[in-house]
Amino acid sequence: MHSERRSSLLLKISAIAGLLFLHLPILLIFIYAFTTEDKSYQFPPPGLTLKWLAVTWNRPDVWDALGLSLRVATVSTLFAIVLGTLCAAAVSKSKFFGREAISLLVILPIALPGIITGISLRSAFNILDIPFSTFTIILGHATFCIVVVYNNAIARFRRISGSLIEASYDLGASAFQTFRYILLPNLGTALLAGGMLAFALSFDEVIVTTFTAGQQQTLPIWMLEELVRPRQRPVTNVVAMVVVLVTFLPILGAYYLTRDGNIDQKQTTKATNR
Amino acid sequence: MNTVLAPGKLTIWTRIFDVFWRRPGLVIFLLLLPPLLWLGVIYVGSLFTLLLQSFFSIDEFSGLVRYEFTLKTYKELLSPANFDVILRTILMACAVTICAAIIAFPIAYYAARYARGRMKALFYLGVMLPLWSSYLVKIYAWKLILAKEGIINWIVQITGTDFLLNSILSIPVIGGNSLSISYIGTFIVLLYVWLPFMILPVQAALERIPDNLLHASDDLGAEPGQTLRLITIPLALPGVIAGSIFTFSLTLGDFIVPQIIGSSRRFIGQAVYAHQGTAGNIPLAAAFAVVPIVVMAIYLIMAKRQGAFDAL
Repeated sequence: MHSERRSSLLLKISAIAGLLFLHLPILLIFIYAFTTEDKSYQFPPPGLTLKWLAVTWNRPDVWDALGLSLRVATVSTLFAIVLGTLCAAAVSKSKFFGREAISLLVILPIALPGIITGISLRSAFNILDIPFSTFTIILGHATFCIVVVYNNAIARFRRISGSLIEASYDLGASAFQTFRYILLPNLGTALLAGGMLAFALSFDEVIVTTFTAGQQQTLPIWMLEELVRPRQRPVTNVVAMVVVLVTFLPILGAYYLTRDGNIDQKQTTKATNR
Repeated sequence: MNTVLAPGKLTIWTRIFDVFWRRPGLVIFLLLLPPLLWLGVIYVGSLFTLLLQSFFSIDEFSGLVRYEFTLKTYKELLSPANFDVILRTILMACAVTICAAIIAFPIAYYAARYARGRMKALFYLGVMLPLWSSYLVKIYAWKLILAKEGIINWIVQITGTDFLLNSILSIPVIGGNSLSISYIGTFIVLLYVWLPFMILPVQAALERIPDNLLHASDDLGAEPGQTLRLITIPLALPGVIAGSIFTFSLTLGDFIVPQIIGSSRRFIGQAVYAHQGTAGNIPLAAAFAVVPIVVMAIYLIMAKRQGAFDAL
């Protein structure tokens, strides 16, 4: 570093080129959502129209898939928040035998490729004669969402000092009061952020879902079907755009809730189950 | 807090919590019970049933699973056709990982050592948004890009560089009739989808390098290139390995990208999917699924030796 804080031009160009490579393809989705062409993926679009937004709005199958995805994501997130927080509380509380193993156990569902989680669950359901239902989808989703909440919660638990809780007891607060007035306010944003990310993760999940959904269609399953056998390109374009917008909101929200602290905690979380 | 709280009353609950306070081990046990039951029963239990099934075999005549211990399925797994699938997947995972590391490094380096304030936040979100945005939408975007009438061919035509594209596509094995049905296409999309997972750990590792090490190297007369080669890269290596765990593992198990963009030749994920689905050969599907587990186990052991887990 001859010139203290000046980067070389080459470095700058390759960094910016790398970021463009990451973003341009997603932006393209927004153009295609308004194209007048409905038979092919022609570029540049021959014309622009808002027609497909209305067409998509009136599609019951899209609404059904969206509804199922939202239900699954909500319930899975709730399960994940409870289980992930409990686990984080225990692991952060003290050093006990086997806590490394527990961290590993929590991370395993996303460290191993999603197809393994998926086929494992499917074969277990088959053996136990559990019919596929919304519940089986949720079982799978909650399993890999735990780690997201866990990562966020454990980072926050480490920052809450134990003396705070002891002080609360010393001043005569009951355990409930301590939980309500000390622990929860400190933990709140981390849980909210973890929950948002878990929601985004579940909302977008497709690989495990293909194995645990049976005949039901979540929105990603609906999209996958369109990808494999395109039938209604314009509707798919609009759905893709909506999905991009819907997933960006929780991500931005989670970022603003946690930006001062545990930034580097999140990269592990979305080794998402692919 | 302005409100004065009523002092806690001595109820039965208080007494229960007193017990907890005196016996932290009990608290930890109770805290861990629900998550461990969930993960242990649902996840590990399922994983175990899967492993078990790989030691069964399928009856050639009836097509039904024979529930007795055998290594026949593993022998089938190592037959030339299936071994090709494994080899192809591992090679693809290596290629994607190496290329991701090369592209990720400048982004991570700039973000870690030069970007400050708003720029830093911009870089962070610039990696986080693609990381978290929908996997299928990303693949869909590339389907649009690589399509016959899509943007790549349009650019190639207006710039008159179709000879370049054609010569790339005419490379044996990895080429093909068009980008969307060649290994090159599969490779680009896999690289695109998993690249953000490489950037963040590399950036974290680079941020941990103390400035004074680089200054010392500079003061001792090293060229910038030497500093990069002898100081920065070795110190960033654990981050690269940490990132490669993701890119490698995720590529190994992906069955959707090669199905949508790529040639008809299978990858491990597709083999698992096909064998458990239409073919109904659960034991072979299970055996195929064991491959990524074993490869990742070996990979993780090697990574741990390099100290990659500290960089996660």
